[in-house]
Amino acid sequence: MRPFTYERAESASGAAKSAAETPGARFLAGGTNLLDLMKLEIERPAHLIDVGRLPLARIEETPDGGLRIGAVVSNSAAASDRRVRTRYPVLTHALVAGASPQLRNKATVGGNLMQRTRCAYFYDPAKPCNKRDPGAGCSALGGDARGNAILGASEACVAVHPSDMAVALAALDAAVETVAPAGRTRTIPIDALHRLPGETPHVETSLEPGELVTAVVLPPPPEGRQEYRKVRDRASYAGGLFSLALAGGRLALGAVALKPWRATQAEAALAAGATPAEAADAELAAARGTGRNAFKITLARRVVVDALEGGPTR
Amino acid sequence: MSSIADYALPNPINQNRSGVIGRPVDRYEGPLKVSGTAPYANEAKTPSPPTYGVMVGASIGCGDVVAVDDAAAKAAPGVKLVWHLFDQPPGQGAAGAKAYVQSQASADPVFVSPRVRYFGQPVALVVADTLENAAAAAALVQVSYAEDPEAAYAFEPAEAARRDNDPDSSIGEFEAAFAAAPVRLDETYSTPIQNHCQMEPCATTAWWEGEKVVIHTSVQMLKGPQHLVAETLQIDRHNVHLRSLYVGGGFGGKGSSYEDLALAALASRTLGQPVKIALSRQQMFNATVHRPATVQRVRLGATPDGRLTALSLIAATHCNRNAPFIERAAAFSRALYAAPNRLTGHRLQLMDIAVASAMRAPGEASGMVSLEAAMDELAEQLGLDPIELRIKNEPDRHPETGQPYSARQLVECMRDGAEKFGWVRRNPKPGMTRDGRWLVGIGMAAAIRGNFLLPAKAAMRADADGFIRLQQGMTDIGTGSYTILAQITAETMGVPLEKVVVEIGDSGFAPAPGSGGQFGAATAGSGALAAGMALRARLTAMAVGDPDSPLYGAPPEAVEFRDGLITVENRSETIAALVQRLAPAGLEVEGASTPAADIRQYASYSHGAQFAEVGVDPVTGEVRLRRMLGVFACGRILNEKTARSQITGGMIWGVGTALTETNRVDPRYGSLTSQDLGSYFPPVHADIANLDAYFLPEVDDKANPLGIKGVGEAGICGAAAAIANAVYNACGARVRDYPLTPDRVLAAMGAL
Repeated sequence: MRPFTYERAESASGAAKSAAETPGARFLAGGTNLLDLMKLEIERPAHLIDVGRLPLARIEETPDGGLRIGAVVSNSAAASDRRVRTRYPVLTHALVAGASPQLRNKATVGGNLMQRTRCAYFYDPAKPCNKRDPGAGCSALGGDARGNAILGASEACVAVHPSDMAVALAALDAAVETVAPAGRTRTIPIDALHRLPGETPHVETSLEPGELVTAVVLPPPPEGRQEYRKVRDRASYAGGLFSLALAGGRLALGAVALKPWRATQAEAALAAGATPAEAADAELAAARGTGRNAFKITLARRVVVDALEGGPTR
Repeated sequence: MSSIADYALPNPINQNRSGVIGRPVDRYEGPLKVSGTAPYANEAKTPSPPTYGVMVGASIGCGDVVAVDDAAAKAAPGVKLVWHLFDQPPGQGAAGAKAYVQSQASADPVFVSPRVRYFGQPVALVVADTLENAAAAAALVQVSYAEDPEAAYAFEPAEAARRDNDPDSSIGEFEAAFAAAPVRLDETYSTPIQNHCQMEPCATTAWWEGEKVVIHTSVQMLKGPQHLVAETLQIDRHNVHLRSLYVGGGFGGKGSSYEDLALAALASRTLGQPVKIALSRQQMFNATVHRPATVQRVRLGATPDGRLTALSLIAATHCNRNAPFIERAAAFSRALYAAPNRLTGHRLQLMDIAVASAMRAPGEASGMVSLEAAMDELAEQLGLDPIELRIKNEPDRHPETGQPYSARQLVECMRDGAEKFGWVRRNPKPGMTRDGRWLVGIGMAAAIRGNFLLPAKAAMRADADGFIRLQQGMTDIGTGSYTILAQITAETMGVPLEKVVVEIGDSGFAPAPGSGGQFGAATAGSGALAAGMALRARLTAMAVGDPDSPLYGAPPEAVEFRDGLITVENRSETIAALVQRLAPAGLEVEGASTPAADIRQYASYSHGAQFAEVGVDPVTGEVRLRRMLGVFACGRILNEKTARSQITGGMIWGVGTALTETNRVDPRYGSLTSQDLGSYFPPVHADIANLDAYFLPEVDDKANPLGIKGVGEAGICGAAAAIANAVYNACGARVRDYPLTPDRVLAAMGAL
């Protein structure tokens, strides 16, 4: 770990301003991902701005009947909130599927969105990685990476986004609220927050330098069934091989791309009267395997069809 | 030299008059561990403020170090020392040198060769005033390499070859018998590389007291590391005081020591300050040892009524070319089933990846997953119940050596377990049982693991305060050694457990081999019993010879030890009173146990039967354990609680073997891909549902004087096969490549 300086932010806008003004600054909240990466020198911040104690830990009703979840609400608190559990059960299920209880107690909603891929090659500094070292090449491509992306990947990066929560947020059509260094606030649809890798996999979100996520806003809950399914190698504390969030007529897929994947093709097909299998095929037509991850395409199709057909849950 | 017949003679353990043996006593050191106050090696309190070392690992798998730029590291804050090939630790013995001919290890100097033999091999050390400064500076060391283009990073089972020191075992005419068999099975199974994943990474704390170096390190055996330090640092072995008081898991991975050991001692010598070096979690994966992968071909020939006529298991595996090691996955099959024609053996490929070595039940843990799945497949071919098939092939003697078994209740384990588990509810036709989403199946497997006994010594003392103190160069790697040694001491001396102090993990104590190969309890325990008997003899002689003792003049053979008393009929006094009077400074004796000269007359194994029920998600291919039961016969049980804990721990590892645990070499780099506990998957709590084990009553009076057998490794044996067999019963998918991950189950179901 490299030496770094530390400050505890007094306000969200102050944190954003400090982040923009301090070279090498990073926000710190729960630290469940950032500190691991710092120990491996994958993250080498010169300065940490602790936003974990900002007054962003409330969950409140919005005038239109939705919820605003503060960015430093813990994953545990968000999952167990009565309003979330009753109106957005897909979010509770995704959060609970997302980590061990100890991690959920520390991890925050904002941090969950900003966590970085668990690609084993990203985690091994001895291997080339375009995320760590732009232009170095992608060693996961052609490597031992059964979890690789099947949608939206590029020659530069085949990693997937690790968040379960974000998949539920995508199906709920959530948005994030941010504050920029100049104090300006804006609202970003969840689907526009994370970026596909393209040629620049090191640029992971549409946030500007210093811009801080302050809240997640949920629109009123959709009509209809909500469900979260996660396929994984062990029963807990494992990233998904595939996951799926269903909320009303909206469908999002996880562990398939470098962002939570809103299945707009499948949604459109279903709206036009397609069968679940046809809808799954429509979404997965563009899916590509890169070796050991090819099974994920079939796996995704089977789970999507089963979920849309209303197969029994566990 | 004693005879095996002596093991059956009455002794305090097999008489168990006060009933301490077998009792589920809580762990002796448990309160220290759960309160975080047991000092592990890296936490050892140093006499002056410590410095911290961080090792830099090679970023190539095979080749040579050609240059090291340490300028930035040397200039970094707090740095006290940087060592590598071009700035070597001073005063090291030549590689392989032995100044003391009986040393159990030779000199293993660090950073003296340019050769990189595996990815992550330490190539530099940075010591600084804080761990943070050392880690930051270590990242600044720039090492340049010339990678060897000939490096062998890919496991090619076809290239694995038989080794001269491990010939095939051939009985009868296997090939002809197999060809002629009316029913045949010929299948190939594979197991992956597994990592030990001890909770406590390897670590060493070292400091010097004059000529003597004091070392706290985390190892399973004390003598080898003690001698390695002596030979490497070129000092007398008596000047190496090595302690391993608490070990946070070994599993075979701490049967060797690593570069932290010698480097901490060397750096402390150079700096004149205590040095602590711990491996990172990532270094534990590539820079220590692992269980190598295997590819196993099983061929079984049988008569239509289910008698095996031909049995073959040939297992290919790999190791690092500089550290030959054979995962002897076929060896157990020589002792398990009767068959007149047999061919078993091992093939080894020399590679340039991390070092392969022992992991819990080396051989059995890998090998039983093939043969015990094959038996399930053969039973189906024959239309026989899998338990019935095994019973039909139960040998009455060791099928290859002809030795009688010391005690063997394999059939009893299977029968008793079948009844307790509800085996009759198994539908032999796969895919017939559903529970909501899940397809449900049950399966079983036999378990067998060799039982061993090695020579051991121990020292026991009676003190005037009424305490009995055992000192032994044994280790407790989380198994319960402290606890069972306290029980053996208490029962032998006839004192309450509260009056026993156990001190182990110190190279200065009377030596025992340590923990490994599930020989620890039998070996160290026999040594402790011997010391206790010697102490009893001394105390007896003192009492009957002392006119002030109420026992004065009594025949020594009539003297008994019970309730803290030394007694003959109605005459008695406390041990404390006797010692206070005649040996106020305490009385210490040493005892030694050696295996009976004729111990090899019998074949000695721990036996068991594993039963598992799983659910398979037919959409995703996910397998989840629903319940599991292990039934074991392992001789007398010293402590029902710690023994059961050992067995269930092994079974849980079997669950990981069956379903989740795997590491893989990336053949482009020669490195193991998973390097942390977020990507290497031992089972977590949620994976382990209703899992239990129990022991059948058994006394093995031909194994050792205690009548016990090993429990540390038996539990993993066969466990994964029982689960794989249950998966087949649930959904009809026969997966022969472990672990049974969702993609493999889906493929075997024909879904991919």
